[in-house]
Amino acid sequence: MPSYVDPSKCDGCKGGDKTACMYICPNDLMVLNVEAMKAYNQEPDACWECYSCVKICPQGAIFVRGYDDFVPLGGQVHPMRSSDSIMWTVKFRNGNIKRFKFPIRTTAEGAANEYPGQRGGSLDDENLLLEGNLPNPTKLA
Amino acid sequence: MALPNKPKGELNAVVDPEIVEHSCDVLIVGGGMAACGAAFEITKWAPADMKIILVDKASLERSGAVAQGLSAINTYIGDNAIEDYVKMVRNDLMGVVREDLIYDLGRHVDESVKLFEEWGLPVWKKADDGSNLDGAKPAKTLREGGAPVRTGKWQIMINGESYKCIVAEPAKKALGEANIHERIFIVKMLLDKNKENTIAGAVGFSVRENKVHVYTCKTALVACGGAVNIFRPRSTGEGKGRAWYPVWNAGSTYTMCAQVGATLTMMENRFTPARFKDGYGPVGAWFLLFKAKVQNGLGEFYANSPAVKDELAKFMPYGASAVTPTCLRNHLMINELKEGRGPIYMATDVALNAFLDAQRAAGKDEKEVKKFWKHLESEAWEDFLDMSVGQAGLWAGTNTEPEKVGSEIMPTEPYMLGSHSGCCGIWTSGPDESWVPTIDGPRSHQYKWGYNRMTTVNGLFTAGDGVGASGHKFSSGSHAEGRICAKQMVKYCRDNATFKPELAQTAKELADEIYAPVKLYHEFKDASTAADVNPNYVKPAGLMMRLMKATDEYGGGVATYYMTSGKLLNICLDLLAVMREDAAKMAAGDLHELMRAWENYHRIWCVETHIRHIEFRKESRYPGFYYRSDYPTVDDENWKAFVNSTFDPKTKEWKCEKVNCVNIIETTPWI
Repeated sequence: MPSYVDPSKCDGCKGGDKTACMYICPNDLMVLNVEAMKAYNQEPDACWECYSCVKICPQGAIFVRGYDDFVPLGGQVHPMRSSDSIMWTVKFRNGNIKRFKFPIRTTAEGAANEYPGQRGGSLDDENLLLEGNLPNPTKLA
Repeated sequence: MALPNKPKGELNAVVDPEIVEHSCDVLIVGGGMAACGAAFEITKWAPADMKIILVDKASLERSGAVAQGLSAINTYIGDNAIEDYVKMVRNDLMGVVREDLIYDLGRHVDESVKLFEEWGLPVWKKADDGSNLDGAKPAKTLREGGAPVRTGKWQIMINGESYKCIVAEPAKKALGEANIHERIFIVKMLLDKNKENTIAGAVGFSVRENKVHVYTCKTALVACGGAVNIFRPRSTGEGKGRAWYPVWNAGSTYTMCAQVGATLTMMENRFTPARFKDGYGPVGAWFLLFKAKVQNGLGEFYANSPAVKDELAKFMPYGASAVTPTCLRNHLMINELKEGRGPIYMATDVALNAFLDAQRAAGKDEKEVKKFWKHLESEAWEDFLDMSVGQAGLWAGTNTEPEKVGSEIMPTEPYMLGSHSGCCGIWTSGPDESWVPTIDGPRSHQYKWGYNRMTTVNGLFTAGDGVGASGHKFSSGSHAEGRICAKQMVKYCRDNATFKPELAQTAKELADEIYAPVKLYHEFKDASTAADVNPNYVKPAGLMMRLMKATDEYGGGVATYYMTSGKLLNICLDLLAVMREDAAKMAAGDLHELMRAWENYHRIWCVETHIRHIEFRKESRYPGFYYRSDYPTVDDENWKAFVNSTFDPKTKEWKCEKVNCVNIIETTPWI
């Protein structure tokens, strides 16, 4: 189900050094054509349809069209992702629509505690940060 | 219109890239769960002046297998005994595993899960009335003793769309953005010039600018996932991208470690998951949460038939467990398909309606049943939308409503991995503790040599899909294993404080080698009017198809229902030898294509180890994943042993050997 870019919505992230979709695609598929100032998916048959580009696009310009070798035309799955939830719209080929909303995060973006300055104990045992005494196996062979 | 003999893409590659050299103490190669675990943990142990760099082919926020999200965490020990976790993994992987590594993982994994929740990952909880609360509802945290929603004995449900973003954030903050080099693809690990069998650096290139990056380091973690697109996939058009496992994982972990002499283990193991057909949607929640069953084309729920019980009895003790090993479940399904009783359906309709009938039987009126259904429907769709949106797209395109009709499931093409229900990978040291067996001989036979998760190469560590013979780590266990490596790498640096890494090759020599496909392209591009058809070179896309054709037809792919033989495997090895020669003639006109070229080198190499191992093991250890027609049964008497292989970087020769497998946890009862 490769992603594609709607040229009427894409603004090439205003010609910044990289577009949001280029920044995020785990498979390096999204590229910016500088002359047209539009992005496109350069290798649709390597698209995992992970929706990372769809979710991050600030213009809402990226959509997904089902893989043409097994998905009939007409359906579409599209997300709206906020900082704490995601709303999915599932449009069926027959026109039916379902919507689902799920939480995605319980803390503010940027608030994850990396435990700055906290130190582990001895390098010569197997305990990791925050761990108490580790068990050893019982019920031995 | 111009002739099509010009580079593709937008970022053309030049013949002479800029060279950038970096020096650090610790190099983390990869950006998935394991690498993020290492990045978070290492700053808690490293001295202030220790230089740590993480290099990621993609962008940390969405790189690795969890990029899309997940709907469950498959390894959370909770109130279970770690010994039972070892027994489960051992049985699922047909007996040949490193129980020390599995036990060790089991004692660290829950701390990773508790951190995820603290960082913001919504974890479903059981309410007092037994109903399921989504992860945003107020409830006690796991650390406070909250009860997760268990689907199976080891799995818990999450709202995991942003799982990777949440885990990447503290990793990034801990290391500092300046120490995270994104969009650089490391393609070779480098040995020290002076000290035998010791890692000293790595080299790669930017996929965004014409720069080759050379790193020297005292120790390195290689955690870049497993291998995808190594066998011909069932969809070979646009749908080739809809691999079950992340399509960007090219076997880099195995290849890069093997090439510097790290011993590999159980490379004959592969994972051939049974998934929803074409969309490759996950089946775990359907089996476990929704209690769905599989039905053959005749409408029979074959899994509990007397014939199936007889079949499982052929594989004792493995077939006796309440949860049949993954490969044997495939084996039963393949038997149905071969007998013409396909297709196989996940009876989603039967499962969902059983819940509604239970509500009605409990005296709920239709309004209450409708409300219950809304919640159940949402849970069912979330499973796909969290981690396999394409499956939801397939249902939408085919007007499939799971409450009305079942969906086909199908065993996929084979993958190589070490963190899911598979266990190929690299042979590593276990913890340096007395309960871990002491074994004489070279490191390739031992269970411990001082640094937990260090490979047989000094200073080279691996985690997640990289560590062999200990599957069922999944996302949480991979993160925990990265944390284990982090501390060990700091310890290694402390113990080798005087070591000054020195590379054997100059930066210029390395850059020339890495940009060879670009040089070849520029040398010969004008010999043809079409960029992809040229007698002097082959393009990466074409060579990948050649690889997948060879493995599919001779290495036990879907073409033969996973059947191969010594004869076929040796033909495959001959094809791979020629392919390696032609791989040196891959051409790349742009940076994206250069990435594909190097991914293909990695694929061809790691598949060769897979074929070599299957050929060496004269039995069929994993019926349902692959079969050897010349040795069709599981032969515990002769082959309940590891197959380990080592490539000698000096002589360029492979050595395969049988290595004793030790049971640490009791074998009676087996489960």
